[in-house]
Amino acid sequence: MALFDLRLQEIHNQLRTKELSVADLVDASYSRIAATDASIQAFLTLNEEGARAAAAELDRAIAGGGEQGILFGLPAGIKDNIVTEGLLTTCASQFLRNYDPIYDATVTKKLKAAQSVTIGKLNMDEFAMGGSNENSSFHPTRNPWNTDYVPGGSSGGSAASVAAGQVYFALGSDTGGSIRQPAAYCGIVGLKPTYGLVSRYGLVAFASSLDQIGPLTKNVEDSAYVLQAIAGYDGNDSTSANVEIPDYVSALSGDVKGLRIGVPKEYLGQGIDPKVKEAVVAALKQFESLGATWEEVSLPHTEYAVATYYLLASSEASSNLARFDGVRYGVRADNPDNLLDLYRKSRSQGFGQEVKRRIMLGTYALSSGYYDAYYLKAQKVRTLIKQDFDNVFKDFDLIVGPTAPTTAFPIGEQVGDPLTMYLNDICTIPVSLAGVPAISVPCGFADGLPIGLQIIGKAFDERTVLRAAHAYEQHTEHHKQRPQL
Amino acid sequence: MSISIKDVEHVANLARLELSEQEKEQFAGQLNAILKYAEKLNELQTDDVEPTTHVLPVRNVMREDAIRESVANETALRNAPDDEDGQFKVPAVLE
Repeated sequence: MALFDLRLQEIHNQLRTKELSVADLVDASYSRIAATDASIQAFLTLNEEGARAAAAELDRAIAGGGEQGILFGLPAGIKDNIVTEGLLTTCASQFLRNYDPIYDATVTKKLKAAQSVTIGKLNMDEFAMGGSNENSSFHPTRNPWNTDYVPGGSSGGSAASVAAGQVYFALGSDTGGSIRQPAAYCGIVGLKPTYGLVSRYGLVAFASSLDQIGPLTKNVEDSAYVLQAIAGYDGNDSTSANVEIPDYVSALSGDVKGLRIGVPKEYLGQGIDPKVKEAVVAALKQFESLGATWEEVSLPHTEYAVATYYLLASSEASSNLARFDGVRYGVRADNPDNLLDLYRKSRSQGFGQEVKRRIMLGTYALSSGYYDAYYLKAQKVRTLIKQDFDNVFKDFDLIVGPTAPTTAFPIGEQVGDPLTMYLNDICTIPVSLAGVPAISVPCGFADGLPIGLQIIGKAFDERTVLRAAHAYEQHTEHHKQRPQL
Repeated sequence: MSISIKDVEHVANLARLELSEQEKEQFAGQLNAILKYAEKLNELQTDDVEPTTHVLPVRNVMREDAIRESVANETALRNAPDDEDGQFKVPAVLE
């Protein structure tokens, strides 16, 4: 059994009894990266020197006695849009290829406080815009289950790295499905918390009303532990929710008796791969056998979610990305004629096609004469989409369906067709617009590629989401499958 | 509603982007396709619907007006493409 397949509690015990050192864990991580990353290409920057120094220090701390937290010594990968002081943070963009952050994101600080070890920075679609990692301006990451296929995105590097056993866990960010969809494609667990539960301070903003950081892990228990470490109010993020943080791990009782599950007919209708549907239905039967009940429900505005999302997210992005002007950080174009020319040339040279496309769409939707027709209209439809969820949650504890309508697709297949690419997010986008939490857990395979089950909960009810996901996992073997690399 | 090359140029100017002729053509086509798809939203009657800007019920978050540590000048300039005398340097704005 590979070291990273040990349960978290087991690793923790072995560290305490000194059967295992943090240096061993960090070695295991870099050996695995050396063996697999030429084919997976999950990493953009490695923190090898820093990680080894941290490991030595943590091993001395163990020798000195005292209590260590549960994430102590664990090798972690961080998506490259989460700032890490002194460690390059590029957002997979040429614009930020030399960006050396002067501060840590709140989640980075929290992981440091929990004493996990940052192994490196993980690849993504540029500025988190994309669902395949093909929009990385450095290189595409490949799916560990079949390297001709995409790992999903935008947190594709995070998902692929965890699936390939390079790190124990990773952080990603989710705006319209960017944690859940790559987790599904790579056969791991990905949790998007309720909007506002985890601080966005130090997450390079894409769409501020939707962005949320969350864990990518091999199982639900690890997801609960990592969420525990990163959740909580932060005065540095004005959209941080000032709510009490419950104990997530104690929610994992294995008991789902009496849970009422709603299954949106829109998530299993047109466009859903029959094999994905079959796996989801089998999972529902599993829940039934464990004492939960389920019935079909409707989220009637689902068909409007993708259009709503692309208008809102692109509008917010066009505003957020205005900060990349070539003045304070990032790449500056050579020999500009004047200041305006400096902005234009730096941005045009620094941004890739998808980023430019979304800035153009967002700028258009916000521009004089079109604001009401596009941006305001989309904000109103967002209200209707959120109400769909509120209505179902009056009678149900959870909503369950597929994470993505299909399994991973071949690299290159959808590059030329942005609209088709956007429709891969049909099951995750409505959840993001409603701001509620959702997890993707492995629920089967089709032609050797993993399928994800999405479990959606009420706002701030991560405990029920994790409890159901964990109970399901205890009775299935899908999450124990590992790709052959 | 259809986006012309001229519209693309106007929007690119607002967004401070300089596009090649080929990019202009490509974006005109793709933006038209995306906006055509977005017209789907007009099927919905939303006159009496409040817009959602945020899912959280938070308004006007304030903090104490207290002095806090700030970033040191040289740290703030660490990533500057060009700087002089402790300031970010850009081409002259005024002649």
